Amino acid sequence: MLSKRIIPCLDVRDGRTTKGIKFKGNIDIGDPVEMGRFYYEEGADEIVFYDITASSDRRPIMLDVVRRVAETIFIPFSVGGGIRSVEDMRDVLLAGAEKVSVNSAAVLNPDVIRQGAEAFGSQCVVLGMDVKKVPSSEKIPSGYEMVINGGRTAMGIDALWWAREAERLGAGEICLNSIDADGTKEGYEIKLTRLISSQVRIPVIASGGAGSPDHLLDVLREGRADAALIASMVHYGTYTIRQIKEFLEDRGIEVRKTW
Amino acid sequence: MIAILDYRAGNLTSVERALRYLGFPCEITDSRKKIEHAERIIFPGVGAAGKSMENLKNLGLDTLLRERLEAGTPVLGICVGLQVLFDYSEENDHTRCLGILPGAVHRFAEDLRSGEGDLLKIPHMGWNEVRFVMQHPVFEGVPKGSAFYFVHSYYPQPADENLVAGITDYGLTFCAAVARANLVAMQFHPEKSGPPGLKILSNFCRWDGTFPGAD
Repeated sequence: MLSKRIIPCLDVRDGRTTKGIKFKGNIDIGDPVEMGRFYYEEGADEIVFYDITASSDRRPIMLDVVRRVAETIFIPFSVGGGIRSVEDMRDVLLAGAEKVSVNSAAVLNPDVIRQGAEAFGSQCVVLGMDVKKVPSSEKIPSGYEMVINGGRTAMGIDALWWAREAERLGAGEICLNSIDADGTKEGYEIKLTRLISSQVRIPVIASGGAGSPDHLLDVLREGRADAALIASMVHYGTYTIRQIKEFLEDRGIEVRKTW
Repeated sequence: MIAILDYRAGNLTSVERALRYLGFPCEITDSRKKIEHAERIIFPGVGAAGKSMENLKNLGLDTLLRERLEAGTPVLGICVGLQVLFDYSEENDHTRCLGILPGAVHRFAEDLRSGEGDLLKIPHMGWNEVRFVMQHPVFEGVPKGSAFYFVHSYYPQPADENLVAGITDYGLTFCAAVARANLVAMQFHPEKSGPPGLKILSNFCRWDGTFPGAD
């Protein structure tokens, strides 16, 4: 059967990773290419590189990172952060990424999803969603609202409606980030993940809140996620990907074991 | 030199990068001369069957591919490069394909379900185990239980069971790899499947195009 994917996420600013210490061996802990290779060898099923470079004139640095990553790892990887147009998507895909993730730009201009899917195929287009829990209302019936700018700007758009709409427009996958859970290390937002994953036909990657293997078990089983994004729990050496996979496998979750 | 067929499909460079990494000289090309002289041919692909067939015909690569297969050149098909080898595909409102292999390519059923009865996602995207059911030099040395990276909504159904080299389960058991004489093709992406995928690629790059049991 299809395995549940475990996906480390690396934040990159000006060509350097922003997290990542306590690695064993000779790894340059600030180099996204070396960290990508490290996770590739550790058994990551996919890797996400998230560009948090503030100024757009430094974007070529990220493209160079993408090119070097593509030469050293042979599993799919996606690139997100600051993707605003089909041209941005093309740059990243030509540099060697398998997928490209659009987030705020898609909320502001949904047509970028359709254009991307038409130009490169749905399998390349990941919709990143930042979601915040709110009281249910006529406008937000699911009780989950789309937000942008790291949660600072509420968009008045229902998250469930948006997920379905993005699927209709041609998104191939959803990376679903709970702003409430993000950074807490207290577990993913299970209810949100289950809601979205059971209402769309495309795969859903759960994001935000991972602190222990238990959290992954919950979101992959109860939350019905197809994949789980992890960051600090592996970046700081608390767990290895193999440990997480063994934990999940012992509890009946299908994972990729040989690499 | 290994020719990677350039028929304007997506993701040609990832195959090229994997071969470079493995140390095999290769070139993405649509040049008849270069393809005729290539030691082997890789027929990759990400995209839709309809557009792929259209591009192949416009570039004259459909005829050329047939010629090279006849001539005994080892050929590796990947994903859409496997699908269009069959008689037809259900994609794009029934696309007539190359007819090099007997059989058809079907869409996963809308009510595709797991053994537990859960509705399965389409496309089939991610890592899944392939069971190799044929002793074949290209799959030699791949550890048992290895998973490979898939991303597809259509799957091949060969009319001749003897073509089936590997199978995978996703709501149903489908054919994930085929082999006949100097042709081998797979639904998954070896260039994106980590070490087991690289093993398949390097096996292919050393393969002479024959195998015991071939007709």
